[in-house]
Order: sequence, then C-alpha cells, then structure tokens
Amino acid sequence: MLFYIFAVLAILSGAYMVLTRNLLYAGFSLLITLLSIAGIYVLLFADFIAVTQLMVYVGGVLVLLLFGIMLSSRVHDKSVLSENVNTIWGTLVAGLIFVGLSYAILKANISSLPWLQTTELDVLGNQKSTVQSIGIKLMTDFVLPFELASLLLLMALMGAAYIATDKQKV
Amino acid sequence: MEQIPLEHILLLSAALFSLGILAVITKRHAVVVLMGIELIFNAANLNLIAFSRHDPALLQGQLFSLFVIVVAAAEAAVALAIVLRVYQHFKTANLNEIATIDK
Repeated sequence: MLFYIFAVLAILSGAYMVLTRNLLYAGFSLLITLLSIAGIYVLLFADFIAVTQLMVYVGGVLVLLLFGIMLSSRVHDKSVLSENVNTIWGTLVAGLIFVGLSYAILKANISSLPWLQTTELDVLGNQKSTVQSIGIKLMTDFVLPFELASLLLLMALMGAAYIATDKQKV
Repeated sequence: MEQIPLEHILLLSAALFSLGILAVITKRHAVVVLMGIELIFNAANLNLIAFSRHDPALLQGQLFSLFVIVVAAAEAAVALAIVLRVYQHFKTANLNEIATIDK
C-alpha cells in the first residue's frame, strides 16, 4: 500500500517537473520525486541506498541544481521560465518508449523466472540492516570500483572547480 | 508484510524513465535537461534495487546502484560547472541559442 502512495507521488511530481515551465518549481518537484524514490528503496530492503539517496541526491545534487538555476538565469525576469520545443515529437517518443517498455515488462512474465522463484525474499535474514554486508563487500569484492569511484570524485571536484573559475577575473 | 510485485516496480521505473526522456527532449534550459538525466538515473537504480531483492547473499544490485549514484553526483558537478561557464559566455542557458563552438 505504502509503495503505491510513493509510486503515485513520484510519477505525479515527475510529470509536474516536465509540465511546468518554471525552473524553480521543476527543481522542487524533482525533490518530491527523489524523496518518494528513497521511500521505495526502504520498502525494497535497501536501507543504506535510501540514506545515500537522501544525502547525495536530495542534499547534494538537488542543491547544486538549484544553485545552477539561480546562477544561470535572472530570477526577476522571464528567463526563469524554460521554453518547450519539440512538444509533439517528444511526447510521441516518450509515449512510445513507455508503451514499448510496459508491453515488454507485462509480456516477459518476469515473476516466473526460475532464479526469482527459488530465492526467498528474506533479504535481511537475521541482520538488522544491509550496512554491514555492504561495507564488507565494498572492502573485499568491490574494492577496485570503490577506489576508482574515489579517484573519479576527486577528478570531478578539481575539474568542476577549474572549469567554473572565471579566468578573466583571476 | 505483503510482497510488492516486481512488475509494478518495473512499470514505475519505466514511467520515470519516459518522463526523463520527455524532459530531455522538450526542455530547452540546460539545467532542466540535467534534471531529466537525473530522473533517468533514478529509474535505472530502481530496477537494479528491485532485482537485488532476489539476490540476498550478494547484494550486487545495491552495490551497483551505489556506484551509479557516485558517478551521477560527479556528472552533475561537472555538468553544472560547464553550464555556468556557457552562461557567462553566451549570457543564456537556452540550448537552442547556443549554436556556435568558436568565439
């Protein structure tokens, strides 16, 4: 039941993000979408991912996007509104993608796959959360992608700071 | 607690993906296009986590989505830096008016 509330909330605010022309409203409706997706993660036994979603997306990326809106448009005049182009073609393409994906999902009969049938859905088992097993996995099986991710973040940080610097003023 | 059917999660993810595509195609402000891309990332993550529920010992889907979130954060930072530079240079963030690559 809770899943369907979160799902409807996510789709409605996502649709509002697409429909509204005001950039700030789009940002705030994206906030509601991200929060509902974090709630769905909790319902799918992914507690650590849900907290990461809150901290990285809601706390980081969304604030960054709002700063981007405020720095890249003059809020008091019309430029805070975003114009729509290709409305017919865009709706057609997105609608066709959605219809095709839904058709494939409903036709594929995913729930009857053997490896989904055999595994029991008791993800947490006797643990309280997934944090411990994710931590152990990150330090053993996934240590190379973990280190590469830290390197990527360092590169992105330095690159973003370098790109955004105004060279004429410095 | 009753089980959420897998199809419903996949349909939600498909709807979010289509909305992201729609935002990327129809919006002309660079920041809103970035928002559409974030929506697409979230739809993909939802799929990974939905299938990770059936993989209790390994949690590979959850770990993969963790790395997707990290890469998305890095992408957003660099992309917004580029948008700010483009705005300083062209005095607009409208993608249709940015049609030249030289000065």
